[in-house]
Amino acid sequence: MVGIVVVSHSKKVAEGVVELAAQMAGANDHIIPCGGMEDGSIGTDAVRIMEAISDANTGDGVAILVDLGSGILSTQTALDLLEEPIDARIADAPILEGAVAAAAEAGQGTSLDAVIGAAEEARTFSKNL
Amino acid sequence: MASKIYQCVEQIGNAIIENKDFLTDLDREIGDADHGVNMARGFTEVLAVLPQEEADLGVVLKKVGMTLLSKVGGASGPLYGTAYMKAAVPLAGKTSLTVADGKAVFEAVIGGIQMRGKATRGEKTMLDALIPAQEAYVAAADAGADAATCLEKACEAAREGVEYTKTIAATKGRASYLGERSIGHQDPGATSATITLESIRDFVKGM
Repeated sequence: MVGIVVVSHSKKVAEGVVELAAQMAGANDHIIPCGGMEDGSIGTDAVRIMEAISDANTGDGVAILVDLGSGILSTQTALDLLEEPIDARIADAPILEGAVAAAAEAGQGTSLDAVIGAAEEARTFSKNL
Repeated sequence: MASKIYQCVEQIGNAIIENKDFLTDLDREIGDADHGVNMARGFTEVLAVLPQEEADLGVVLKKVGMTLLSKVGGASGPLYGTAYMKAAVPLAGKTSLTVADGKAVFEAVIGGIQMRGKATRGEKTMLDALIPAQEAYVAAADAGADAATCLEKACEAAREGVEYTKTIAATKGRASYLGERSIGHQDPGATSATITLESIRDFVKGM
């Protein structure tokens, strides 16, 4: 099953996004929050993100949802730091909507391509119903 | 006794920590007011975890890079972290530096920052200090100057680069939200890069 990592500057944001996404995740228990710094302050930490990607991987790859600025740079750095070959990719998607869509897709047992695609499709959800 | 490279990193770290408020004030003008605080937090941790006796330049600089990646918190973490880790590559196994090694370090550092930040010269970033510094260093090195002179030329060019960042608008990072309103302010990243170079210059001059 495809793993999911949620990266935010804020520990609370990452945990809250995972809390919502997990409702849609079925049996997938590899949805991991990685928010804030080790001491809980605001920021991103490439080394902890790398560890989260490794933890989320069951062999089918990892979709990563990120917030702003250094969330992106630190995640790209984390991908370079990986010592084992893991098919892990950043979804070009809003962090919350993308995580929910990715969790729902991954719960079906589909491929990383399908999970990333579902997350990126979340960009087009209209809120003017 | 602490190795030379430890002492050099210590000098850089102390300079960054001393300039914490200055760098944060610069970032308050055009960014999110955390550059000095973040860099000082990173280097405080570097000085706490770096083994003082380790003399292998590659080992030390890789450790500096990994620590900054983990402890800085903002975009300067992956940027400076990548820079130090790239600098470690051409220096692996070495315990001293030549003028030519300095050229290789400049190339590795600037290449790493460009790869990570996807920035080019003229976007109001640390590259606007580092690329002119590299050019000045290489010109002096190719003319046969010694290390202290090459670094002096590099620092002069970096300072001019910082002044140049006051005249341009940011197109990368948090300051790009301000667009034209970022003109008139010097870039905090170019400033911290120049403080780093000046610390290295001062260390080499004192050797």
